[in-house]
Amino acid sequence: MTDQKTADDTPLLDVSNLRVAFPTRNGVTEAVRGVSFTLGREKLGIVGESGSGKSMTGRSILRLVPSPGRVTADRLAFNGEDLLAASPRRMRDIRGRRIAMVMQDPKYSLNPVMTVGRQIAEAYRVHSKAGAAEAKRRALEMLAAVHIRDPERVYDRYPHEVSGGMGQRIMIAMMLIPDPDLLIADEPTSALDVTVQMQVLAILDDLCSQRGMGMIFVSHDLNLVASFCDRILIMYAGRVVESCRASELHAAQHPYTRGLLASLPRIDEPPGDLPVLSRDPAWLEA
Amino acid sequence: MIDIRDLRVRFGQGADAVTAVDGVTLSVREGESFGLVGESGSGKSTVLRAVSGLNDEWTGRIAIAGTEQGPKRQKSFYKLCQMVFQDPYGSLHPRHTVDRILAEPIAIHGLGDANGRIDRVLRDVGLGPAFRFRYPHQLSGGQRQRVAIARALVLEPRLLLLDEPTSALDVSVQAEILNLLRRLRAEHGLTLVLVTHNLAVVANLCDRLAVMNRGRLVEEMTVEELRRGAARQPYTLQLLRASQGYDRATAEGFRDYA
Ligand SMILES: Nc1ncnc2c1ncn2[C@@H]1O[C@H](COP(=O)(O)OP(=O)(O)OP(=O)(O)O)[C@@H](O)[C@H]1O
Ligand SMILES: Nc1ncnc2c1ncn2[C@@H]1O[C@H](COP(=O)(O)OP(=O)(O)OP(=O)(O)O)[C@@H](O)[C@H]1O
Ligand SMILES: [Mg+2]
Ligand SMILES: [Mg+2]
Repeated sequence: MTDQKTADDTPLLDVSNLRVAFPTRNGVTEAVRGVSFTLGREKLGIVGESGSGKSMTGRSILRLVPSPGRVTADRLAFNGEDLLAASPRRMRDIRGRRIAMVMQDPKYSLNPVMTVGRQIAEAYRVHSKAGAAEAKRRALEMLAAVHIRDPERVYDRYPHEVSGGMGQRIMIAMMLIPDPDLLIADEPTSALDVTVQMQVLAILDDLCSQRGMGMIFVSHDLNLVASFCDRILIMYAGRVVESCRASELHAAQHPYTRGLLASLPRIDEPPGDLPVLSRDPAWLEA
Repeated sequence: MIDIRDLRVRFGQGADAVTAVDGVTLSVREGESFGLVGESGSGKSTVLRAVSGLNDEWTGRIAIAGTEQGPKRQKSFYKLCQMVFQDPYGSLHPRHTVDRILAEPIAIHGLGDANGRIDRVLRDVGLGPAFRFRYPHQLSGGQRQRVAIARALVLEPRLLLLDEPTSALDVSVQAEILNLLRRLRAEHGLTLVLVTHNLAVVANLCDRLAVMNRGRLVEEMTVEELRRGAARQPYTLQLLRASQGYDRATAEGFRDYA
């Protein structure tokens, strides 16, 4: 695994031999099987097919793996602090303020009976002790920053009254408002059109380059990850089968990565059947 | 196959009212595959919902297969036109087996030979009989999307409307679904309307496309024009630039088009 450390040489995140297992009636399902990486103040992409363990890797960092899932690791450290040994109280403090996660399904993560504006304002108040008026002002600024048209009107909407693309941007606003050091973003822009997607990514990019935020970006969109991130992990069946600099994704060597790239349609190619993956059992051990 | 004139859809009342679709005129030929792209919130899903009869609060004119449509549709309409929804997780009943999900439309329409029809449609979408008695949570995302497509196809419609059929899927499963739709079109002469954010998907499957922005149809083009980047409207050109991947400087130059 590549070691890209921060200037003061403690990585923002240090993960070694991470495993997530779910006991089921027919034995144990291993969702993550020994993932190791370090993260500096950079944008790390995670790609891989559905079910390969991307979300569980992200969730285990925040200890948000649903029960009965079990998380183990030789090392899981944030800024040198052991996350597996942290008390529940300490984890609550870290979640949100230091490490924020945009979940894959925004509709499930928002409180259905509170207006979206109030949810963003509360997220700010929990960590800043700001007054109500100040929190509302900051929440409106955040909605505008994620390119929501008419923030005043959207502030008073309930989650079911906004479109999927708006819901995703509301989640991003809520996660960014406490100014975290690390953002884990799980398919954060999949419901956005490409123009708005690029504008939202520019905000995240600036937070990384200007404030030194680190970021884990999970996505199915290989071209987007290749152009947006610094480094990429490619996951298959709970393992990292290959990692590379984002700009070199198109020269990736592993047959699985090559298979994923080959299945992408291209705007400049004539219509025709696309190759689909044929999985090789050897990849499980790679 | 589809002929839409000056379609308008409004939601809400008074100061809160939004014009979601603002005078769309559009036609799709029999056997054609047509792409609908554009800004989030520009009214793409609302157009599909009006065409498929899920929304009855519209004005203008909608004709399907030469027949003028009113706000309410008769049962027989759904033998002609079916829609596949965006969310493969939400659109299937979690406690019904695949068999029951597919049997329901057959029963509603009083068609015979449910057994044979279910068997055929499952083969058509590349799921063997082994999948017939599974529940949605026992299927992968791509398999669930195939079941949703099978449910639409089981009535043998001539027109299939698809709202973001691959955006929640990984790229290999997306390729499977696109190949499947191409084959169904060749074998059954289906007419397809496909809403998507992905212009490469349009280039792979469609003959023509329309671009929407703020409730209006701003440009129509052929897929050859799309491939050459030969757009005329500034909004479409911006969409084409955004499709080439992330670039910080390019993002800076983006603007809103009213
Ligand atoms: N509660 C659970 N019990 C058993 N297995 C589970 C449970 N939750 C998740 N899994 C399994 O863990 C594996 C990894 O899931 P994960 O959500 O991390 O995949 P992913 O890579 O994020 O996929 P996607 O791209 O579809 O979001 C999958 O095979 C999944 O079936
Ligand atoms: N039931 C509703 N009540 C109120 N407003 C609605 C309703 N459905 C849609 N709208 C509004 O109509 C407009 C068009 O929505 P529509 O879902 O058609 O957009 P879309 O082009 O499909 O966007 P996306 O790409 O995000 O799916 C949006 O402003 C949306 O907020
Ligand atoms: Mg996931
Ligand atoms: Mg839509």
